[in-house]
Amino acid sequence: MIVQALTFYLFAGITVAAGVMVVSARNPVHSVLFLILAFLNSAGLFVLMGAEFLAMVLVVVYVGAVAVLFLFVVMMLDINFVELRQGFLQYLPIGGLIGLILLVELVLVIGAWVVAPDAAATIAEPMPAPERMTNTHALGLILYTRYVYLFQIAGLILLVAMVGAIVLTLRGREGVRKQRIAAQVRGRREERVELKKVPTRGGI
Amino acid sequence: MEELLREYLPILMFVGIAVGIAVALVAASYIAAVQRPDSEKLSAYECGFEAFTDARSKFDVRYYLVAILFIVFDLEVAFLFPWAISLGRIGTFGFWSMIIFLAVLTIGFIYEWKKGALEWE
Repeated sequence: MIVQALTFYLFAGITVAAGVMVVSARNPVHSVLFLILAFLNSAGLFVLMGAEFLAMVLVVVYVGAVAVLFLFVVMMLDINFVELRQGFLQYLPIGGLIGLILLVELVLVIGAWVVAPDAAATIAEPMPAPERMTNTHALGLILYTRYVYLFQIAGLILLVAMVGAIVLTLRGREGVRKQRIAAQVRGRREERVELKKVPTRGGI
Repeated sequence: MEELLREYLPILMFVGIAVGIAVALVAASYIAAVQRPDSEKLSAYECGFEAFTDARSKFDVRYYLVAILFIVFDLEVAFLFPWAISLGRIGTFGFWSMIIFLAVLTIGFIYEWKKGALEWE
């Protein structure tokens, strides 16, 4: 029990510290690396809550893919970050104002929080004990039948993301000569090779 | 819950050992090694020349495209795991629900194949 509590505070502390470093690190590559650290520690927190599947997905998807993508974006943007940071104090009033508005909105949302009427029914059937059924199994039992619409919407969002990425970034480059294997195989000897009778001392 | 976390204890220990070794290696080189820095030693060194440009440079946007397509299919596979182990209990409806999900993503896959997004030129 004490190990569990200590681990929680360790992971939570590192997560918060890494989150602070993400926004305050000077080098954007370093802030992406701190983001990866924050993801890994959140995965540890998920394991402590018993949500093994979410922890593993967090590591595989967020750390493996999203963080690499962030690194790509950081590498690709040709921005002088030192120059970008010079207007920090200049933008502080408007940034602070936006932050304040967001804070007020969040407080209003949380203040108007009402427990859903059917929440009691959900609590009445809690997560099965991990000794009886693994977390992944419990997720599988409801994800594909009870929440089928949300599941299909997730599929459609992925489709839109895929199509959007292709439409935004794919450009045919001019003057690229590709190998067309089908055309090569289809060619007949008569089309490609021509025999010429060369007269002696003549040439063609 | 206790049982579950006890299974993760060795992993926690390994993480601790890994962090410990990493910190020890860096700290040992700070403590044990002789450090006499001067400006020539600390400057960037590139085959004897001064470094021409920054090490970070812009590269082709298609790396980004490949990465984002990878993430989409990565997520698709992540959805397959719970489905695979609970397939015996969720019946025909659960089976076809996943098949429709896969079909939607296959449409996207056919689209990207036909668009040539997977080719490098």
